[in-house]
This record gives sequence, structure tokens and C-alpha cells, in this order.
Amino acid sequence: MIEIDGLSCERGGAVVLDDVSLCLPRGGLTAIIGPNGAGKSTLLHAIAGLIEPGRGQIRVEGTNIHRAPERERALLLSLLTQSPGAVPRLSVRELVAFGRWPHHRGRPGADDRAVVEAAMARFDLHTLADRPVEALSGGQRQRAFVAMAFAQTTPWMLLDEPLAALDPKYTRDIMERLRDLPKDGPSVVLVLHDLSVAAQYADHCVCLKDGRLVASGPWRQTITSGVLSDLYETPIRITEIEGRPVVLTT
Amino acid sequence: MTAERRLLALGAVLVLAAVLYLAWNLRAPYGYILSLRAQRLAALMMVGAASGAATMVFQTLVRNRLLTPGIVGFDALFIFLQTLLVLLLGGVGFALLPPGGLFLLEAICLMAAALALFGWLLRKGAEDLIRLVLTGVVLGVLLRGLSGFGQRLLDPSEYAVLQQVSIASFGNVDSGALAISAVALMLALAAAMAMAPALDVAAFGRSSARSLGLAYDRTVLGGLAVVSALVAVSTALVGPVIFLGLLAASLAHATIPSWRHALRIPAGAMLGAVILVLGQFVFERVLALQSALSVVIEFAGGLVFLALVLQRRAQ
Repeated sequence: MIEIDGLSCERGGAVVLDDVSLCLPRGGLTAIIGPNGAGKSTLLHAIAGLIEPGRGQIRVEGTNIHRAPERERALLLSLLTQSPGAVPRLSVRELVAFGRWPHHRGRPGADDRAVVEAAMARFDLHTLADRPVEALSGGQRQRAFVAMAFAQTTPWMLLDEPLAALDPKYTRDIMERLRDLPKDGPSVVLVLHDLSVAAQYADHCVCLKDGRLVASGPWRQTITSGVLSDLYETPIRITEIEGRPVVLTT
Repeated sequence: MTAERRLLALGAVLVLAAVLYLAWNLRAPYGYILSLRAQRLAALMMVGAASGAATMVFQTLVRNRLLTPGIVGFDALFIFLQTLLVLLLGGVGFALLPPGGLFLLEAICLMAAALALFGWLLRKGAEDLIRLVLTGVVLGVLLRGLSGFGQRLLDPSEYAVLQQVSIASFGNVDSGALAISAVALMLALAAAMAMAPALDVAAFGRSSARSLGLAYDRTVLGGLAVVSALVAVSTALVGPVIFLGLLAASLAHATIPSWRHALRIPAGAMLGAVILVLGQFVFERVLALQSALSVVIEFAGGLVFLALVLQRRAQ
């Protein structure tokens, strides 16, 4: 479980997160949604321990994430940033293998190689294994980076807008792979811009607006016309198809 | 050919260049001439290795293949120190300083200044390496201005002494300074190689590297300390050679297709040494020229820099 208690963050004198308190349960997909400038990415980076809060604290599986050493943090949480650094000449297999770095610190063993192969198989990357990362399409590249985060074998996977600039085919591909992660695998927290994707795949939602928490909970309580209309200040209707909500802006 | 094999081939080229430099047109008295050549060869190899390795590490830390340690003002600091010493001691007093002592003083001052600057800037905001680089550029301009002012206060003979030491020269290296440099260089290169796996991760950038469990700020500070030591050794030994590192690093990127610093650092070091040894060989033995090799290297390095800038713009 991730427990966030009275979290406030400032950037350049402006309040980005204001007294946010919530709990993220283990299991499934949690989407952080909200309009531009709501503080979604800041919240994700604060959870990852990369942004020092002005007030409040975050505990991941009972560990105060901002007091934990880097390595301990990396064994609890993996993070895929919005624009992950691309190292020239790195092949897909080598990229995924970097996910094991917190475990082996530069001396990979047979276990690490087995985990990398399993991650490659789960994200269907074997045919691309020896291709340089910079030669991949946007969707393939994003799949490789998600596989790298998965290979870190942490209880939590944090993804900051992993679907940015992806077409519907790759969006669906990545979201279905994340949804189908094994039950004993990582819980996924991801920042999403696309409400219809959040509605279709998220088990839980965290709704932020102007740095404040508007709603948090299972999708049935948060993907509602009232919450979303208030969140985006525009009329939003919700209908259900095959048991999942569909967002309609009117 | 794999990157490892290419590195081995590079090592063979370096050995060949060294043998060529030592043995070409060797005449009696063999022992005396060989010892002179060996001393100069050692200086060339050490300066080349230090510049190449320092640039490889520095480019990873600032995540930019156009930048070299010279950009943070090492050369300007070196000339400022020389000007200050000539001003304080006079031309004769400066010339009478023991070369080993002068080398140590300059190397320590350069390292201390670089670490003070990096340490201060990193405490202010570790993620802001661009600010560090820009501060270095501004400080470089300031130091050059101060050096220029100081040089106007010198009389012509003192100015001539200063000119002699301000241009990189491989011809008059002190043997005491060489021994100290060799030890410092070996330690700095060993530290760089020990850091290689961490540098592989640091190449992803601060957020990604930290999320992989790397103590990024400590790694950057350690890396900059190694760069400071390498550049201080090279600059204090023969004077500033700004673009040699860029030349070596660009060739290393082109010839060794690997992201692994365990291969890239030795590749940069060996290419730096090969450029200097072969360059000096062609200058001295083939063309029988007395002109400063550093001038040609700065010219070629400057052209590579422009080519890289234009290539990046085209992309």
C-alpha cells in the first residue's frame, strides 16, 4: 500500500500539490487523472521519491520513501518518466536488462538474465531484442521502456504518461499488457491524459485539480459524470458498455 | 567487428605508433636519444589519455557530446594562474621555480578550484548541470579578462616567459612532473574505470538513473572529481589543449560502437594518445616541422566541433 499523508509541494514559489492525503491499494491499475497543471506528474515523482515534499510524507509498503536510500527505493518502485533518456546504441535487450541494475549493481547473474528474458517475452520484444532502441517506432520504444520497468520486479510500477503520442493500436497494446500483468506482479500507477483510456482500464482513480485531491477510489466512485464534470469544468456524460464506463464529452 | 575487438585493435595501433615514434630514424647515441624520445612519448601519451578519458566521462555527466571539460574554464584558470605567478614573482623568479613544484602547485590549484565550483553548484541544484556549464563559461570569460589585464602590467621579457608556458608544448616537459603526473593519471583512470557501471546508468539522466537506484548526485560529483584530476594533470603538464578531448571522444564514439563506459573510457584515452603520438611523429620526423602540434590539434578539433554542431542542426 502507498500512504500519502498531508503532502504539499512547491515549485518556483507556486504550490503544485496542496495537502494531498490518500491511500493507493495494492493490485490492479491506478490512474492519476486531472486537467493540465493539476499536479499529476508531480504527485507521481513525489511518490517515486524524486521530488522532496514541502510538508507531509509518503510511505510505500511502510517505508518513508524520502528517508529511504536510493537502492531501497529502487527495489520498491520502478519509474518510467515522460521522456526517458535514450542511450545511443543500446539494444532493446540491453535496455530491459538495465531494469535489473538495482539488484546486481553492474554484476548481472543468471537470475537477472532469466528475469530479463521473462520481461522480454511478456512484452513481446524478442523479435526486436537486438535492434537499437533509437531505431524503434514510438510504440515499440515505449513497450521496451515499460518492459525495463517491469524487469525491475518492484511491488510498484509508476508510469508517467506512457501513452503520450501513441496511436490507438499501441495504446491498446500497452494498456492490455499492463492490465494482464500477473496477480503477484507489480501494482501499476500511471498518469493518464486520455479519460476514455482511464475509464476503460483503471481499477482505481486519483482525481487532481489545481494541486488538490478531488476524488480517490475505485472506478465506480470516481469515473462518474459529477466528478469528471467538476474536475474538467465541462459537461461529461458516462455510459457503460460491457461493464466498463465510456466517457462522452457533450 | 565487436567493440571489444576494436578496442584491442586500437591498443595495437597505439603500441605501433609508440614504437614508430621511438625507433624511426634512430641514430647514435642510442641511449641518450631514446631516453629523450621516451620522455616526450610519455608526456604525449599521458596528456592524450587524460584528455580523452576526461572528455568521455564529462560528456556522460553533462549528457552532451559537444562539450569538453575545457568549456568549464580549465584553460582560462591555467593561464590566470600562470599570469598571477609571473606578476607576483617576476619573469626571473617564475623561471627559477622548480618545475616539479610548479606542476604540483598548478595541478592542486586547478583541482581545488574545479571541485569548489562543482561542489558549490551541485549543492545549489544537482539537476542543473547546464547551469554548471554556463557558470564555467562565464567564469572562463572573467578569468581571461583578468589574465589579459594582468598581462598588460608585465614588461616585454616577463610577457615572453608567460607566452612560452601558455601555449601547449610537449617539448620541454620536466621529468619530475612526469612521474607525479603518471601516478595521478593512473589513480584517476582507475577511479574512472571503477565508476564505469555507474556512469552507464547515469547516462540515462537524473530521474531515470535515480529510479534505478543510483546515488546520482554522488556519482556526478565523483565523476567531476575524476575529470578535474585528469584535466589538471594534462593542463599542468603541457598547457591547455582545449579541443584534443573533443577530437578523441568523437573518434571514440565513431570507432567503438558501445554504450559501455568500461570500453568507451579506454577508447577515448587510447585515441587521445594515438592522435598526439602520431601527430607529433608526423610533425617531427616526417615533415621535420618545429611548429606547435597543439595548434594543428586545436584547428582539427575546432573543425570537428563545427561539424558536430552542423550535423546536430541538420538532424
